[in-house]
Amino acid sequence: MSPAAFIVIAILTLAGAFAAASLSKLIHAALCLVVAFVGIAAFFFLLGAEFVGLVQVFVYVGAVAVLIVFTILLTRRADENTAGFNWGGVAIALAVFAGLLWAILQTPELSVAAPPIEALTVKRIGEALMTDYVWPLQCVGLLLTVALVGGLILVMDEKR
Amino acid sequence: MSDSFDQIFIHAKQWLLGLMPNAPDWVMQIVSSLINISALLGVFMTLFALISVLERKILARIQNRYGPNRVGPFGFLQPVADGIKLLIKEDIVPIRADKIVHFVAPIMIAATAILTLGVIPYGRNMTPFSIDSGILFFFAVGSTTELGVSMAGWGSNNKFSMLGAMRAIAQMVSYELPLIITVLPVVMIVGSLSADAIVAAQEGYVLAGIVPRWFVFTPWGAAAFILFFVSGLVESNRTPFDVPEGESEIVAGHMTEYSGFKYATFFLAEYFGMFAISGLAVTLFLGGWHSPIGVLQFVPSYAWFFLKLAALLFTFIWIRGTLPRMRVDHVMGFAWKFMLPMAFTCIIAAAVWHYQRHGLAGWLWSLAVVAIVYFGLSQLAGTKKRFAPRTYRFAE
Amino acid sequence: MTPTLTLFLVISAALFCIGLLATLSRRNAIFILIGIEMMLAAANLNFIAFWRFGSQTQSPTGVMVAIFSIAIAAAEAAVGLALVIAVYRHYRTTNVDKLDHLKG
Repeated sequence: MSPAAFIVIAILTLAGAFAAASLSKLIHAALCLVVAFVGIAAFFFLLGAEFVGLVQVFVYVGAVAVLIVFTILLTRRADENTAGFNWGGVAIALAVFAGLLWAILQTPELSVAAPPIEALTVKRIGEALMTDYVWPLQCVGLLLTVALVGGLILVMDEKR
Repeated sequence: MSDSFDQIFIHAKQWLLGLMPNAPDWVMQIVSSLINISALLGVFMTLFALISVLERKILARIQNRYGPNRVGPFGFLQPVADGIKLLIKEDIVPIRADKIVHFVAPIMIAATAILTLGVIPYGRNMTPFSIDSGILFFFAVGSTTELGVSMAGWGSNNKFSMLGAMRAIAQMVSYELPLIITVLPVVMIVGSLSADAIVAAQEGYVLAGIVPRWFVFTPWGAAAFILFFVSGLVESNRTPFDVPEGESEIVAGHMTEYSGFKYATFFLAEYFGMFAISGLAVTLFLGGWHSPIGVLQFVPSYAWFFLKLAALLFTFIWIRGTLPRMRVDHVMGFAWKFMLPMAFTCIIAAAVWHYQRHGLAGWLWSLAVVAIVYFGLSQLAGTKKRFAPRTYRFAE
Repeated sequence: MTPTLTLFLVISAALFCIGLLATLSRRNAIFILIGIEMMLAAANLNFIAFWRFGSQTQSPTGVMVAIFSIAIAAAEAAVGLALVIAVYRHYRTTNVDKLDHLKG
């Protein structure tokens, strides 16, 4: 796990996320969010979970980001002012970050280097999904179907 | 002898890498990747130039006229003339367009199309990036094309562009599902997401060495291949599904406000998408770089791959010259009401075939499953009722 | 500076707090959803980091939870955005401050 790659990906992800949270134009924020997601997928690759990294690109960038951009296109107004910034939110976010940072740095057992592991193949993930995690898999399938039908009903034209 | 001819590019690359024997490890990795990438880009740029002029000539011959035949021998230097024309055109950007988004959109679409070319095996040991889940990589990167299209539509600040972009995204998203689900039977039978493993599983011959063990020669494979091919037609916005770039309907859709080199980038992206989908279809269904006849195995593997790729590209162009454009709501209905159920049936048929241990009984059972669902779905689509011949009443 | 677990946790905490910032301090409903997606992605990063650095790396539990979390986040984004579109159709605004018809 090379430090150079880690630093580059970390800077990219944090810059993209910060831009997504603070830009005023909505579509620029959505595109910076895409950069942040790709950065997180690169982190997954660095950590040796390539399948999750590819699923992250597939689902988050290819589906969620497209949904967000589509919604932005459909709900445009000419007078797009974001009505000021709420400084209370900034204070709360900084406080939460300070708390989390204190908790992480207080735990010395966390500063370990990565132990060498064997590569996690897709075959093992598939076997785990079908044996240990088959009930969560069915539940997620049901959830996705319900979300699909519910989303359609929410935006369907109401028949008079 | 035939083995060295087959592996000639691998030996060339190893010779190039051997020129610097005492470089550190990461330099060797970067140089190796760069050689792969430049070889890939060189081959596919040449193929792009060739196909652009071949498409015009083949379309012309279908329409009973000559194609471009002035520039160079039989018109084959036409891409050079086209390239020079597009490069020296003035680059107009609308004054109220979003400059960054307008600039990045064609780059993003072209970049995702080129990235997908990296996981396809072009010959024996000739995959540029051989990763464990290559097929997932292909679809993950290919699905980010929709983002580029929406950026193009929004960045132009033009109502036609926006409507064209929304239509294009709706079409691409609808057909991604059949595209991916038709790949699932192949992955299920092979048991791996790696493109190399899928090609290796199609080696050998059945029926006393005559019929190759390609997946297209099984009933579920043939149905899945046709569905994959049609979904590939839609994903690359080719006729009969080219509503996003229909000139008579929506000017040029999301590409309206682009001129010069950026317009050329959009077409580069479309053709590269065609190459990628055809390459993947050859890998998944047509046996990759294996030869169809046992005696012709001395022909190099990459030659067989490009022959099959050329056959599929010719079919793309042939369909463009033959069929008219489909209406956009028919396109959506076709995807959700016909192709998706057929794609699910292919999975069931493949499971039935595999369960019967690839024998004759398995072949017949899976053929029965596919045929019954196909006839059921076509009765449900009810085309006979809706498109019955019209009866005319003339004034007496 | 080899990447230790602490470093990964700090980065995912930073991403979480940036998502929290986006959720709490913007008035547009879509910005709030962007913040929520970012928080979910930061939590996934946490899971995978703990899976990689943990002692019991034979079982893919962290990877499994991350995969299910990605699927659920996609479903939640779809329903949330459908709600935003439905609200926009009635009130012609996505500013959450203006959606106060039930107030008082």
